Amino acid sequence: MSEVPYYVPPPSPWPPLTALGLALMLGGLAHVLHQGHWLPMAAGALILIYAIVRWFGAVIGETQAGVYNAQADRTFRIGMAWFIFSEVLFFAGFFGALFYLREFSVPWLGGYGAKGAAHLLWPDFVSQWPLLEMPRSADFRVPRAAMGPMGIPAINTAILLLSGLTVTLALWALKRDARRPLTAWLVATIALGATFIALQVHEYLYAYQELGLTLRSGVYGSTFFMLTGFHGLHVTLGVIMLLAILGRVLKGHFTPREHFGFEAVALYWHFVDVVWLGLYLFVYWI
Amino acid sequence: MSESDGPSPAAAPALADGLLHWNLPRGVTSTSQQVYAMHMMVTWVSALVAIVVFAAVLWTVVRYRRSRGAVPAGFSGHLGLEVIWTLVPALVLIGMAIPTTRVLLDINRSGSAAVTVRVTGSQWKWHYAYPDLGIGFYSNLKDDSREASRKGSNRSPQTVPHYLSDVDRPLVLPTGLDVRLQIASDDVIHSWWVPELGFKRDAIPGFINLMDFVIDSPGIYRGQCAELCGVGHAYMPIVVQAVAPDAFKTWALAEQQRQAALRSESAARPWTMAEALTQGQATYEAICAACHQKDGQGLPGAFPALKGSKVVAGPIAEHIRLVVHGSPKNPVMRAFGKEMDDRQLAGLITYERNAWGNNTGDLATPEQVEAAR
Amino acid sequence: MSEANGRTVMGPAPAGASHGRPRGLWGWLVTTNHKDIGTLYLVLSLVMLFAGGLLALLIRAELFQPGLQLMQPELYNSMVTMHGLTMIFLVIMPALVGLANWQIPLMIGAPDMALPRINNWSFWLLPFAALLLWGGLLLPRGGPDAGWTFYAPLSSTFGPPSMDFMIFAIHLMGVSSVMGAINIVATIVNLRAPGMRLIAMPLFVWTWLITAFLLLLAMPVLAGVATMVLTDRHFGTSFFNAAGGGDPVLFQHVFWFFGHPEVYIMILPAFGVVSEIIPAFSRKPLFGRESMILAVVAIAFLSAIVWAHHMFTVGMPVSGQLFFMYATVVIAIPTAIKVFNWIATMWQGSLSFETPMLWAIGFVCLFTVGGLSGVMLANVPADYQYQDTYFVVAHLHYVLVTGSLFAIVAAIYFWLPKWTGHRYDERLGKLHFWLSAVSVNLAFFPMHFAGLAGMPRRVPDYALQLADFNLVSSIGAFVFGLAQLVFLWVVVQTIRGGEPAGSRPWDGARGLEWTLPSPPPYHSFATPPSLEVVMAEGPTDHGTAAQT
Repeated sequence: MSEVPYYVPPPSPWPPLTALGLALMLGGLAHVLHQGHWLPMAAGALILIYAIVRWFGAVIGETQAGVYNAQADRTFRIGMAWFIFSEVLFFAGFFGALFYLREFSVPWLGGYGAKGAAHLLWPDFVSQWPLLEMPRSADFRVPRAAMGPMGIPAINTAILLLSGLTVTLALWALKRDARRPLTAWLVATIALGATFIALQVHEYLYAYQELGLTLRSGVYGSTFFMLTGFHGLHVTLGVIMLLAILGRVLKGHFTPREHFGFEAVALYWHFVDVVWLGLYLFVYWI
Repeated sequence: MSESDGPSPAAAPALADGLLHWNLPRGVTSTSQQVYAMHMMVTWVSALVAIVVFAAVLWTVVRYRRSRGAVPAGFSGHLGLEVIWTLVPALVLIGMAIPTTRVLLDINRSGSAAVTVRVTGSQWKWHYAYPDLGIGFYSNLKDDSREASRKGSNRSPQTVPHYLSDVDRPLVLPTGLDVRLQIASDDVIHSWWVPELGFKRDAIPGFINLMDFVIDSPGIYRGQCAELCGVGHAYMPIVVQAVAPDAFKTWALAEQQRQAALRSESAARPWTMAEALTQGQATYEAICAACHQKDGQGLPGAFPALKGSKVVAGPIAEHIRLVVHGSPKNPVMRAFGKEMDDRQLAGLITYERNAWGNNTGDLATPEQVEAAR
Repeated sequence: MSEANGRTVMGPAPAGASHGRPRGLWGWLVTTNHKDIGTLYLVLSLVMLFAGGLLALLIRAELFQPGLQLMQPELYNSMVTMHGLTMIFLVIMPALVGLANWQIPLMIGAPDMALPRINNWSFWLLPFAALLLWGGLLLPRGGPDAGWTFYAPLSSTFGPPSMDFMIFAIHLMGVSSVMGAINIVATIVNLRAPGMRLIAMPLFVWTWLITAFLLLLAMPVLAGVATMVLTDRHFGTSFFNAAGGGDPVLFQHVFWFFGHPEVYIMILPAFGVVSEIIPAFSRKPLFGRESMILAVVAIAFLSAIVWAHHMFTVGMPVSGQLFFMYATVVIAIPTAIKVFNWIATMWQGSLSFETPMLWAIGFVCLFTVGGLSGVMLANVPADYQYQDTYFVVAHLHYVLVTGSLFAIVAAIYFWLPKWTGHRYDERLGKLHFWLSAVSVNLAFFPMHFAGLAGMPRRVPDYALQLADFNLVSSIGAFVFGLAQLVFLWVVVQTIRGGEPAGSRPWDGARGLEWTLPSPPPYHSFATPPSLEVVMAEGPTDHGTAAQT
């Protein structure tokens, strides 16, 4: 492996263009939040997508040209692993908030615990979880009921677990150089991911229209939608990545020995899977 | 009386402003005295450590200069030494942690709450309510400080007694009795801090923090909001007037009667322009002047002037709605309908529409306010 | 660990590209070279140092005497906020990342950073973030004004429109830091010269490895809490609103879970710099390498479990206050080990006092002051008085200015001859140090007393008994600010020319960077250094056993 030296890429316009696109998109979003025009945001998003596609295109081209040695492969693995670590911490922040709200602030507001004196301000408030009556319900959309663990969430759990299995089977097929099963398992994974997203959308519509459970439903609604929403966003991103990988598989990319891109996506997919298990446990069930 | 290094503000309130304090006050509660002891302990230990470190550095830079022909030794470690300077700091820290733990548990112990006061921070003034006594009032920065603190003011802060540290109505507390503060907030986080009492506690909107203490000696104790709470953060001082229990009782009784009389008198009086203006001016100066200023000029860029304002000169219904429900655009202009009764609001709105040359001649009535709720 | 790979090649680009980046501005935009990107980081940091410093001087001018002379309170609040955010996210952090970019490949014998394009992206996110942050000053109701800690609900319900731009700027800076950290970890773990064991790595590289982990731990959480503020502001969530079951104090818990590691993110690489400089000018190996490394690991670990010591007055349960106090004071132990080991390194050395050494010794003394006031602040009962006063302002400036900034300046004097190939003007460097060292104390030491005498943080005006302290602080601050113009002059002059530095301008300095010519070739170690060189430049004992 070490005949090929460590590859140092030449100057590239894609990273700064990615930075420009991201900044324009976020700045544009802030602009929209203050009744500004959506054009800068849309332009930013387009630039971002274009720059990322070109950037990844360049990397894929280099991979196919065989410029990456084993050391470079290790760099990618380290990079991906720690990127996922940072993603875990992003979710940890929201899980931490959920824990704090359930274990501390809501009971305190209801008169329990070290800061139960807060109840003097909200004499009618009853501490409960899921929180269906807020300390000042008039300011919020009061939901009729909470989300239960059965039904769609249970099905979605099964779907994601299954997709974790199929993506692993695809990887094993790739390692055996069995291209047809590889394609089949990958397509199955994508189909499962898409089904998950569709069911999640259905659940959101149900929550908004039938239950009256929205982002504006106090901390229960806030944590429910922020946690499942960011997870859903990651699933969507994962499906897009799987589609890109499928495209590369169909073009004949990846070999039983060199397939970092594939493994990275599989790893990401497992991460999304594990986060869901946490969600299912702490948001839906307990 | 406290025997602190600085002069006691109680003994010499006029002198206190002019002199340089270098240290925390020893204070007038057992909390403050224990806190002071902890502060002095950590200060002395820190000073000692600093002296050791500086002396060692000084010695090396003087003794081991290459210009004096110093030849480097080859050593790069010494287990024994490293164990020593791991263990010694650890022992010092444990030595400090023991009394600190004891003090911390003690000052957080609940008392009997002979007197309870609800302290509510509100941009940018404090409200004090005695739930058991039926007394409540706002405490605002004094006018002379407010005037001298304005940018480009003709009045120099040096001419103001207790500049930025004096209020129109102090919080009155008894000495020798267990006092419990319930600290809360109307809007953002504030922090109620009086150094002589030995603590600060944050005022968290929607929550209540308790603090129990006993004041040992009568006097005037000054402090201020310690948590950034917006534009007027520097302008919400706290003044505690500690008096003997008998004097406190007398004060409370008088205050109860005064507030009751105000309520019944004003309720009985017919709603006339003169009545509305008198009441309105009092309300305005207690609550609204913190932002819109006493002269109605506001603060450019932050708080709109009411003098010549479009809202004030416009339809009265819009004006009433804005005050009762707050501004949809700017959360700082909150909904005052929750805090005041119809007569107070009607008086306030009447005052705003007729003061400072806003001669609309309108008289807002309590019925109009009620209808707008 | 490392592959013994032969050479470095450029990608399938035209042959001309291998001689360096394209010319002009475009070249700086698209460069993937660690030295170019390091330079970009350092230049951005220097520009923002003067911008943030200007804000500091405006603040000090307003506080020069009681009353309002220069600005209205709302402008003052956004000056304070912008000063803090700028100095932390756009000065100290980029400077440290810039040093990492320049030095880590040179010090471990690598051709470049492991992920050069990611490296470029990490940098170019920052100027855009700066634009979003500073652009807020032009919006209605002015710039962000809730302090750099942007506590809710002052930032959420009550914040001006610029708060949203600040939140997105924080997101951009977060992405930049996470990507930078990933790159640094990958470089250190994967690109060391053959034969360089982890334990034998230079201390600067070690501290950055630990710092990178802290960045990966902390920055995503900051992004999360900023997102919560955003949704509370615009999408009706109630994380920080008690009326919906939330708690403003939740913001502080999540924020400081980021914020405390952040403090160490800004100081650990400074420790690393000082651990390189002191041995070089003492002509003696670093005392107790292993315990220095262990101390950094211990500090990093502890930094993740002490966050609520910033919140002793929010009304936490007493058990929580005790836990966070104990955990915090424990940090003093590894910190003390570091300070004593630095002194022991100088002990029986052969000291000379070139500019980098002066700054490093200044760091050891003055960082100790900040560390000790930190121990004082950890004492919960005393903190009931100190919290949110100028005592805290004094403490944080002793650790960030005489700590982080002093170490950064020391590093620049130390490595500037290597980077530029020129020696700087030693007399001016010393002048810069002595002016700064005296004035910085004049500026920040009286703040301890102002705090004890009752002055809260973040006030544009104050009671009369605080006037003298503030007067002295303001004079000190202005001298300190002006002294940095000397620095600017020295740096610019050194870049433009000067006496050739030679490959090893400091006779006592050891490390792979000194085996390369000054300035080093465009692809630092196109060929990895030989095992003999790695051994010769490594720690004398190779981290195996202490020798006496």
